[in-house]
Amino acid sequence: MIQSYGWSSLPFLLNGAMWTAALSVMTFIGGGVFGLIFALLRVLGPKPVKYAVVVYIELVQATPLLIVLFLAYYGLSFMGFYFSPLVAAAISLTLYATAFLADIWRGCIEAIPKQQWEAADALAMTGTQKLRWVILPQAFRIALGPTVGFMVQIVKNTSVTALISFVELTRAGQLLNNMTFQPFEVFLTVAAMYFIVCYPLSWYSEYLKGGPRARRATR
Amino acid sequence: MPAVRLDEIKKFFGAHCVLDGVSLTVETRDVVAVIGRSGSGKSTMLRCINGLEEIQAGSIDVAGHKIVPGGNVRDLRVLRREVGMVFQSYNLFPHLNVLENIVLAPKVVKKVPDEEARETAAVVLRQVGLADRAGAYPDELSGGQQQRVAIARSLAMKPKVMLFDEVTSALDPELTGEVLKTIAELAEAGMTMILVTHEMGFARQVANRTVFMHAGKIWEEGTSEEMFGNPKSPELKTFIAPQLK
Repeated sequence: MIQSYGWSSLPFLLNGAMWTAALSVMTFIGGGVFGLIFALLRVLGPKPVKYAVVVYIELVQATPLLIVLFLAYYGLSFMGFYFSPLVAAAISLTLYATAFLADIWRGCIEAIPKQQWEAADALAMTGTQKLRWVILPQAFRIALGPTVGFMVQIVKNTSVTALISFVELTRAGQLLNNMTFQPFEVFLTVAAMYFIVCYPLSWYSEYLKGGPRARRATR
Repeated sequence: MPAVRLDEIKKFFGAHCVLDGVSLTVETRDVVAVIGRSGSGKSTMLRCINGLEEIQAGSIDVAGHKIVPGGNVRDLRVLRREVGMVFQSYNLFPHLNVLENIVLAPKVVKKVPDEEARETAAVVLRQVGLADRAGAYPDELSGGQQQRVAIARSLAMKPKVMLFDEVTSALDPELTGEVLKTIAELAEAGMTMILVTHEMGFARQVANRTVFMHAGKIWEEGTSEEMFGNPKSPELKTFIAPQLK
């Protein structure tokens, strides 16, 4: 049945947008936790652990997210692990975000001058104290801009989960288009919804990276 | 018991021997100036004393705490509590203000209560003449002021020994004066100190003993009076000649 596109279609798209937001938040939390652990292991871990993390990061960064998603959804189900689209989506996006965030944050930790570690050493701090009080607070400020920038990537990349029939914003748009045959109107609305979420994040990321605030941001 | 004793320490960077069997004894309340050319090993020796550089042979004893090659980190941290260090590049924590820089280590390392840490901070800030800058951030201070905050930060840990690693080398002459004055006052107050320095006049005036390093060894040592007034080795003579003209 063909229906026409109009205000009555909006709740359906907004429902999809809500799932896009939910998936983005899950990804950011999961990727954030593992990303931080991996970043620290990459910088401070024993050699074999460091290399294992490097291999993981390189592997994931060199694989299209869609392939990771297909592996998690179709691949694992063949091996007897069946995940719902939501869980498969959350797992693969977390794997992806972990690799990128670990790499971004490693760079931020390594950007803190060696002398800061030495000053903390000279004050008899333990490894954890050095990280907690001296290194991470400074790295955090450098990381803020690029991290918010990466959140934009996460939001946009949740759209690939449409391909395993997870009904987020893009999939909702597809379904609506199938019912209305008004692709231009439907997908422009979808694009506008992504824009409304992503643009403020992009703007905020640039704001954090540039300007006098960032130069003083080591505070 | 001496405050610091280095016993035949050796340090290599790769195959290059930077410290070639250095022995040095520093008594409590001694102020020892360490002079020598760049690359003679003086900064490395200083950095070995609190374990920022690992030694490959010999032993280091500070206030009864000993470090040996391959010793464990815990022993090292115990020793570091007794040793304050001030760096050429100040190395204040830029995200913390002056007061926070000073109270951080006493609070997290020594678990001193907040109120007591703040009281100590007020005392050491007065000592370095910066009682009015407690709320300032490092990038709002001049180099000389930052270095004095760094000295205060070390003092707040109540160290038995203070190490100064070319602390005025990054400062212009005007600011050098205020930092040297602070160090001289510490010397007068009886702090045991080892200063790696290029300020010969200051070494002669404030240090009661001077050590001349050359080729990774202690080449000559004695009272500052003797060392500058009557140098014996030709190396020391040529080294201090330009400064004494």
